Amino acid sequence: MKRLVGLWTLVALAGFTFLPWQAIEDGFFGFGWVAQFPDDRTASALLYALAFERPWLAGLLPPLALGAAALAFPREDRRFGLFLIVAGMTGLLYAFAQGFAIGILGLHWKWAIALFGEIETPQYGFGWGALAVLSAYLMMVSIGIAALGYFRGDAFIAGSVIVSSALILAFVFYPIMTMLVGAVTDEEGHLALGLFFARLFADDIWEVGCLVGAPRCGVMFNTVALGVLTGGISTLMGLAFALVVVRTRLPWRKGLRALTILPIITPPFVISLAIIVLFGRTGIVTWFLEAAFGIPPSRWIYGLPGVLISQLLSQIPVAFLVMIGVVEAISPSLEEASQTLGASRWQTFKTVTWPLLRPGLAAAFLLGFVESLSDFGNPLVLGGNFDVLSTKIFFAIVGAQHDPGRAAVLAILLLMLTLGAFWIQMRWLGKQSYVTVTGKGDSGLSAELPKTLKRVLYWTTIPWAAFTIVTYGIVIFGGFVKDIGRFDLEFTWRHYFDAFAVEMTDRGLFFSGSAWDSLQTTIEVSAISAPLTGAMGLLIAYLLARTRFAGQRAFEFMTMLSFAIPGTVVGVSYILAFNVPPLELTGTGLILVICFVFRNMPVGVRAGLAALAQIDKSLDEASFTLGARTATTVRRVVMPLLRPAIVATLVFSFVHAMTAVSAVIFLVSARHNMATAYIVGRVEAGEFALAIAYSTVLILVMALAILIIQLGVGSRQLGRRGQQGAAAMGGH
Amino acid sequence: MSKSTAKKKGPASVEFRNVVKRYGTVAAVDGVSFTIEPGTLVTLLGPSGCGKTTTLRLIAGLEIATEGKILIAGEDVTNLSAADRDVSMVFQSYALFPHMNVLDNVAYGPTVAGQPKQAAHDLARQKLALVGLKGYDLRLPSELSGGQQQRVAVARALTMEPQVLLFDEPLSNLDAKLRRRVREDIRDLQRDLNLTVAYVTHDQQEALAVSDRVIVMSNSKIAQMGAPRDLYEAPASLFVADFMGDSNLVDATVEGVADGLARVRVGDTTLELPARGATKGPCKVSIRPESLSVTAAAPAGPSLAGTIRKAAYLGTHMEYTLATEVAELFVVDRDVANPKPVGSTAHLALARTGVSIVPST
Repeated sequence: MKRLVGLWTLVALAGFTFLPWQAIEDGFFGFGWVAQFPDDRTASALLYALAFERPWLAGLLPPLALGAAALAFPREDRRFGLFLIVAGMTGLLYAFAQGFAIGILGLHWKWAIALFGEIETPQYGFGWGALAVLSAYLMMVSIGIAALGYFRGDAFIAGSVIVSSALILAFVFYPIMTMLVGAVTDEEGHLALGLFFARLFADDIWEVGCLVGAPRCGVMFNTVALGVLTGGISTLMGLAFALVVVRTRLPWRKGLRALTILPIITPPFVISLAIIVLFGRTGIVTWFLEAAFGIPPSRWIYGLPGVLISQLLSQIPVAFLVMIGVVEAISPSLEEASQTLGASRWQTFKTVTWPLLRPGLAAAFLLGFVESLSDFGNPLVLGGNFDVLSTKIFFAIVGAQHDPGRAAVLAILLLMLTLGAFWIQMRWLGKQSYVTVTGKGDSGLSAELPKTLKRVLYWTTIPWAAFTIVTYGIVIFGGFVKDIGRFDLEFTWRHYFDAFAVEMTDRGLFFSGSAWDSLQTTIEVSAISAPLTGAMGLLIAYLLARTRFAGQRAFEFMTMLSFAIPGTVVGVSYILAFNVPPLELTGTGLILVICFVFRNMPVGVRAGLAALAQIDKSLDEASFTLGARTATTVRRVVMPLLRPAIVATLVFSFVHAMTAVSAVIFLVSARHNMATAYIVGRVEAGEFALAIAYSTVLILVMALAILIIQLGVGSRQLGRRGQQGAAAMGGH
Repeated sequence: MSKSTAKKKGPASVEFRNVVKRYGTVAAVDGVSFTIEPGTLVTLLGPSGCGKTTTLRLIAGLEIATEGKILIAGEDVTNLSAADRDVSMVFQSYALFPHMNVLDNVAYGPTVAGQPKQAAHDLARQKLALVGLKGYDLRLPSELSGGQQQRVAVARALTMEPQVLLFDEPLSNLDAKLRRRVREDIRDLQRDLNLTVAYVTHDQQEALAVSDRVIVMSNSKIAQMGAPRDLYEAPASLFVADFMGDSNLVDATVEGVADGLARVRVGDTTLELPARGATKGPCKVSIRPESLSVTAAAPAGPSLAGTIRKAAYLGTHMEYTLATEVAELFVVDRDVANPKPVGSTAHLALARTGVSIVPST
């Protein structure tokens, strides 16, 4: 522990003396600053304090000295821990206080000006030097708390909990709080409740006139209606597919499972493109209907119908995945019991099967509801005049009106809806127990479904499956023909060439295609964020599953919260929070990475928790008693056994980073553009074919990445009997 | 102090001073004090939930005591984590790392302590030979039988040459025949290597068979500790009497106490028993079933008369239930040659051992 304190003090001193205190213009990972060091932009805190008129930065030193002073006490002495905690806390408070108080325009806290006088020297966002010093403060607090005997006296656990809490506070809570504050203040930053209520109760939010014949409804009604429709229909269709796969003998039914992977690896709005290509004014189906039946082309697809269809196309497979688990888990013996008691097939379905399905149905519905609310790409492409919250938020930020306060109010409403849905799910589903999977093996045959029901199932699922295949077929096909949007089906490579041309020039290869920049950024950002997401998610899962500490429930809630925040809300809150020092990140590639890490981390936590539940805790303990500390145990014992969860998390976070639109579209910059944002731009410009071609390439890249992750991480090898050696095998 | 730098080797004592472990408001271990002498095997015995496993985990450092002090080899280790204590443990589930082969499992301790691979492997092979598992180096744990897995677990715990070795219900995953052999192996190993061993079990026979001393726990507290014989023949409480095998608990009356001996009236007969703090008045007497023998005629010593209600032949012995004036008594009788018929009247002779006053608690 003492060595750790020494080490971190040195890190802080090095950062304080040698690294640029502020963020460097050419990006967080750039090294251009080395050449200029030290000047007014690149100096270290020490040089700033001595030579560049920022004496207040010297205030960072006393806390470090106090932390180092703790080394004077033995580790068992309470003063060792207390000194460290006080040192770290003061340091953090001071660093952030000066960062917030003195911004681009110098000191701007009125009472501080009264106290210290005007300071006009500008300060920009934290950089490498600040990172080193702040980390050291955090670690001092962690080591101090561990030294006092909390967190099992383990500095690794204390550090992990405190650092991840700090990161979540900074990148989940702080932006949301900034957004809340933004919603109730005017442009000068004064409290303006009148404005807030005016924004909150605006007609275009709450109007429900469309129910009584008015041309349109408010955005709230639209959003909820769309969510309920998507949630409800996708749940029923998911159930239908699950019943077909599990309970019937339809040939090819296994192939249906394969369809479920499609929406996972497809950027969400790609389906909208296919829908436009099929049903748009010059779409294939529209053309056919006109030619065959004389139905004039119209724009009916733009609005609720189009958005609903495309959301269903992506959500039904997800609902199917949820429901198949539920249907498979219903023990046939329960139904057999019902039948031996004299119930008919229909009675059995109604009184036994259906009630057992209900919790799964509720889960699938809420999932569909929340996904629909969070969806941004489809309403953007297909919404037309049909406004939903996510698109409305977007246009409040980027549109002509540019009104961040209004965006914040809308974002709060959206957040309330999704949090409400999650709350209902936890309250309602958490309480009921429908345990049907027990340790006892149970054979038995599932009851056959009633004939009418079977017929209904076939008539709904088969056409929809066919429709799904056609839609995705269009995506692939559309990239290779001249203009699928106008039904010009002449084969061409032109779209791929436009996007991904590579020319041989005198100076080597030149990537002249228009998509290369964004593709490169996308792959880079995804490849950086995926391992970070995995590491953080699994580490948090380990802390939650294997350690006990005060405040653990709050910690768990914090880590899961970011899952309930729609991407659009994240985007808005990030723009509002990270546009100004000390955490000045907009326009960088780093903000994209951070955004993905904190959005996707809850999935890593869930995957890790599920996997850890299957790994006997005594394996960790055996490692401890053999002299390994937590960090060693995690590396040598836990990690190798978590490989499947690692693969799942890496794949999920990589794929989500590649396909995300909603948060990203607020955060991209000319320099760091992402593929999805670029494609949305192409769609808005009417270049459907190029957009489709690019999407196909994205899907290929993801498939390749998944393959690489599988091969890279590998699988765990547990021997042919597969168990953990816990089972008694008898004999010897 | 990490294990690799520990200077003192050889068996160490373990001492608990008023140790309390609380989870929220529930105390899993409540004010427990005991000492395990160096080089002895002590079992922690009790029904499930009595706190015996928590006590073992407190020794290991897998749980940190809420109150009290824990000393190993005289040094205060109360707040040291498991990795910092010179203690190894053999887990109930063996806890072999499923992704490592036998050799890597056993070499794990030395490896994470920073020993070179070759040295760690040599040490591991030596310990594997000690438990009779040569030539299994490259097997995965899942490819071994339960007994073999357990021996790997023991070998792995031994590589650290710990001051104290802990066993958590080591026999519970083995079949009945193997149990006795493994039990004897553990005892031999403990004597040969002169180890301090703490051993958790809920099986009183196992505890009696292997231990130098037994600590019986009940409701998070120590109910009694002592040599196996003391516990069985002179249980300190009704709980211990009942838990340490079958026992007939009968109401009796102390008629007088002199020189530490009490004159106790049980039914018609009077016995002289160690007083164990009893005073004049009603008391409870524990009579082991095998301390009673069934005779047709009244025997010379103290005896009780009764009627045989049930009789069962079990090969090595007979089991009878007799209704007597004091209580229904359960009897284990070695005499299988002359079974007594159900319904007949008989006399029960009381042996010198296995009959004791149970102090009221």
